[in-house]
Amino acid sequence: MSDKLPTNGGYVAAAYLVFLAVLLVYFAIMATRASRLERELSEVNRLVDEAVEGTTADPAAPDAEPVSTGGEA
Amino acid sequence: MPTSRKLYGTRLRVLSILTAVVLTGGFALAAFYAPIEADQGFSQKIFYLHVPLAIVSLCGFIFGGICAIQYLRTNDPRHDLRAYTAIHQSLIFCAAALVTGSIWAKAAWGQWWVWDEPTLVSFLIVFLLYATYQPLRFSIEDPEKQSRYAAVFAIVAGAFVPLNFLAVRLANPLIHPRVLNSSGGSLPGDMKVAFYTCVVGMALLFVTLWKYEMTAKHNRAQLRSLKRKLGGPDAAAIRGRSAAPRVSAS
Repeated sequence: MSDKLPTNGGYVAAAYLVFLAVLLVYFAIMATRASRLERELSEVNRLVDEAVEGTTADPAAPDAEPVSTGGEA
Repeated sequence: MPTSRKLYGTRLRVLSILTAVVLTGGFALAAFYAPIEADQGFSQKIFYLHVPLAIVSLCGFIFGGICAIQYLRTNDPRHDLRAYTAIHQSLIFCAAALVTGSIWAKAAWGQWWVWDEPTLVSFLIVFLLYATYQPLRFSIEDPEKQSRYAAVFAIVAGAFVPLNFLAVRLANPLIHPRVLNSSGGSLPGDMKVAFYTCVVGMALLFVTLWKYEMTAKHNRAQLRSLKRKLGGPDAAAIRGRSAAPRVSAS
C-alpha cells in the first residue's frame, strides 16, 4: 500500500470534514438546548415541591389547588 | 438526575445508534469497498456524501410541503411544527450539499462554481427559495397567520422541487454527471451498494435529527406550560416575536 495520498485526496477530506463540522455544530446546539431544558425541568420540580409544601402547610387556603404535571411527551 | 434519558425515549436512542451504524458503514463502503472511478479518480468519493445530502434535503422539502397540506386541512399546529422542523433541517442539509458539491467541482473541474450548469443553478434556486421561509415566518406577528402563510409557502415551494428536478432532468447536462437515471443508475454494482447505503444512512440521519428536534420542542412547550400553571418566574413573561411555531403542550 502506498503512503501517498491519492490525487485530490485533500478535496475529499475537506468535503467529509465540512460534513463532520456541520454535524458537530448541530449536536453542540442540541446539547445546549437539552441542558437548558434540564435546568428548566429542575426549576419546575422545585416549583412543584414548593406548591406541595404550601398545600400541606395550609390545606384551608383558598388558592390551594392540586398541581397537575401535565401530559406525556 | 438522568433527565436526558427521560427527555429522549428508548426508541429514539435505538434510531440514533442505527443511524450511526448505517452512515458510518456507508462511508466505510465508499472508502474501502467502492472502486475508484476511472474518469474522476479519487474525487468521485465526494459523491457518496454530496448526492445523498442533496437527495435527502429535496425529499425533506417535499415532506415539509406534505405536512403543510396536513396543517391547512386539519388546522392542527403539530403539522405546522413538523413542516417547520423538516424545512429548517432540509435547509441545513441543502447548504451542506452545496458546499460539498462546490468542493467536488473544484477538484473535478478546477472551478468552485459553474453558472451555466442547470443542475447547480437550479439547486441554488431551491436553496435560496427556502432560505426565505424563516424570514417570512418572522415577519408575521400573528401566530395563526404566520402558520397559514408559511404553510402556503411550503406547499408551493414543495411543488416546485419535483418540477425543478424534472426540468433539470429534461435539460441537457453540460458537465454535471448523472448518478441516477431512468435505467436504474449509471453506477456499477460495487459503487451502487456503497451509494445506496449512504443514501439510507443520510435519510436515517435526517429522520433522527428531525425526531430529536420535535421531541425537544414538545418537551420545552410542556415545561413552559407547567411553569405557567405553577406560577413560576416566567409565568407572566410575554413571548416575543418568533419564527418558530407555537406548540401546544397537549
